[in-house]
Amino acid sequence: MSDLHPKPPDSGARIVFDNVSRFYGEVLGVNRVKLSIPPGITSLVGPNGSGKTTLMNLMVGLIRPTEGTISVNGISPNDPQHLFQHVGYCTQVDHFPHRLSGYDFIYYYLRCHGYSYDEAKQRTQIALERLDMTAPASRPVGGYSKGMRQRIKLAQAISHDPSILILDEPLNGLDPMARAETIAMFRAWGAEGRHVIVSSHILHEVDQISDQVILLSHGYVVAEGEIHNVRSEVSDQPVQILVRCNRPGVLAARLFEKDQVVEGKLHIDGRSLLIRTRDADKFYLVLNRVILESGLEVDTVAPADEDVNSVYQYLIGEGTTT
Amino acid sequence: MNPQWKLWSRQVWAVARLELHKSLLQRRAWWLLAAAPVVLTGGHSIMASMGQWGCSMGVDTRAFASIFQLFIVRFGIFFGCAGIFTTLFRGEMAEKTMHYYFLTPVRREVLAAGKYLSGEITALTFFVGGSALSYVLITLHWGAAHWQRLLRGPGLYEVSWYVIVAALACLGYGAIFMAFGLWFKNPMIPAVALMVWEGINPFLPSVLKKVSVIFYLQGLCPTDVPMDGPLALLEIISEPTPAWLAIPGLLLLTAAVLALAGWSVRSMEVSYGD
Repeated sequence: MSDLHPKPPDSGARIVFDNVSRFYGEVLGVNRVKLSIPPGITSLVGPNGSGKTTLMNLMVGLIRPTEGTISVNGISPNDPQHLFQHVGYCTQVDHFPHRLSGYDFIYYYLRCHGYSYDEAKQRTQIALERLDMTAPASRPVGGYSKGMRQRIKLAQAISHDPSILILDEPLNGLDPMARAETIAMFRAWGAEGRHVIVSSHILHEVDQISDQVILLSHGYVVAEGEIHNVRSEVSDQPVQILVRCNRPGVLAARLFEKDQVVEGKLHIDGRSLLIRTRDADKFYLVLNRVILESGLEVDTVAPADEDVNSVYQYLIGEGTTT
Repeated sequence: MNPQWKLWSRQVWAVARLELHKSLLQRRAWWLLAAAPVVLTGGHSIMASMGQWGCSMGVDTRAFASIFQLFIVRFGIFFGCAGIFTTLFRGEMAEKTMHYYFLTPVRREVLAAGKYLSGEITALTFFVGGSALSYVLITLHWGAAHWQRLLRGPGLYEVSWYVIVAALACLGYGAIFMAFGLWFKNPMIPAVALMVWEGINPFLPSVLKKVSVIFYLQGLCPTDVPMDGPLALLEIISEPTPAWLAIPGLLLLTAAVLALAGWSVRSMEVSYGD
């Protein structure tokens, strides 16, 4: 295939928001956003109206910032000719041009990239195959199911092999099998050193795929970074740790004696103890000592709230997510 | 060719092809507007050949001049271009599909050029083709005399000028209506204002007459259509602008409006409000 579109940029490339604000008249979209997003899978998390889509639209120049500047791997969103050689964006908008089949929907826009007939045709076939859309490709998009529409949009977004993939609620409408395949694809893209920016309100899926998260609320970035680091910054919430061992009752009693535990819950299975502590580092030291002293057989010691859902609840606390 | 220009020209054609595929040639309204004078003149020829009414070739060509100036240009091309060109951008915004173009590596000016080209291919095909066909049809019933006049008499000269005027009308009105589609949420409001302005052109003072498209187009038509009835008393006669000035003037106006439209597309945002 021709090299109309350069290879993925080096891993030092970043998407940078420098003090970016966007207002819709009087209404706040996002405010004073400062971000530097490295390659890998980054999830934008927040309730409806928190500014996820606004942030994505700003990244690709569909809307302009009221204040501040944005740079996508060194390219301004005001330069579509260069930007979209590297960027693929699957929006949440569920409308399609009239009279286009799934094949046309990818092929004709690839021709707009400047690809020749043969190359556009080849790339269209590859994209359709990757999203398992070859069979219905000749039918008009208007007659597709919600899941098929989502897949054809994804196929279009990846058809030019972008190094930055921006996906607004990409798993909406997909069946479990398609979700698993799509998530695997995102992971592979992230592992190749590409940027994959995903917005989702399905937090357990975000947890599965994200290298880092950006938590948004009411147009503000509440937290950003790897989920472990974000969790450790939430100092006002005791850390939850799950310990699976042969005598959890004994363990609980000994830990309370050492004064490092705020709360302990014995699980109904009789083999697990959920601990809440304010200082995880000190707790782990105490736990090691107790295990040695008591001769406990420990299966698992794992953080129980180092996930997006818990951090989301601690920081945003709105029960709108699943 | 410079590789950059080569890419842009490929992209212009790609955009035009997509536009033609997904909408422009599919809408029935353009067919109706373009077909109406063809049906009218064709019907006239059929009726005349059946001896239903008597006329002369001179009367027929003057009748065509009236049809061309009063129907084809003022109505068919005007409303046809309004429909074709205002929807190029505004229609996509209404259908929430504009972002697909904005997410391709196409300069916004190149996108505007591609869309304008697709509109012109449609408008020129329908309205220039329709005008030429109507001209040929209106005197067809004269048989050999018709062909003699068309191929060896003044017919070729006249039809060439009608084609030029129709093409200039498509180019000028097309650029204006595409710009209206970019600048106004409801481009039909300025389109109606323009229609009124073009409609009252015969009654405007000479200076104001020149701030219009129709004044220059009328001046280029090979046959005058004098105004009849009481309205003729209100008409202000002005010297028509010579062709060597009118044609470049209209092309310059088109280029200027297109440049402004291209500049507007650069700063255009896509926000569907949901």
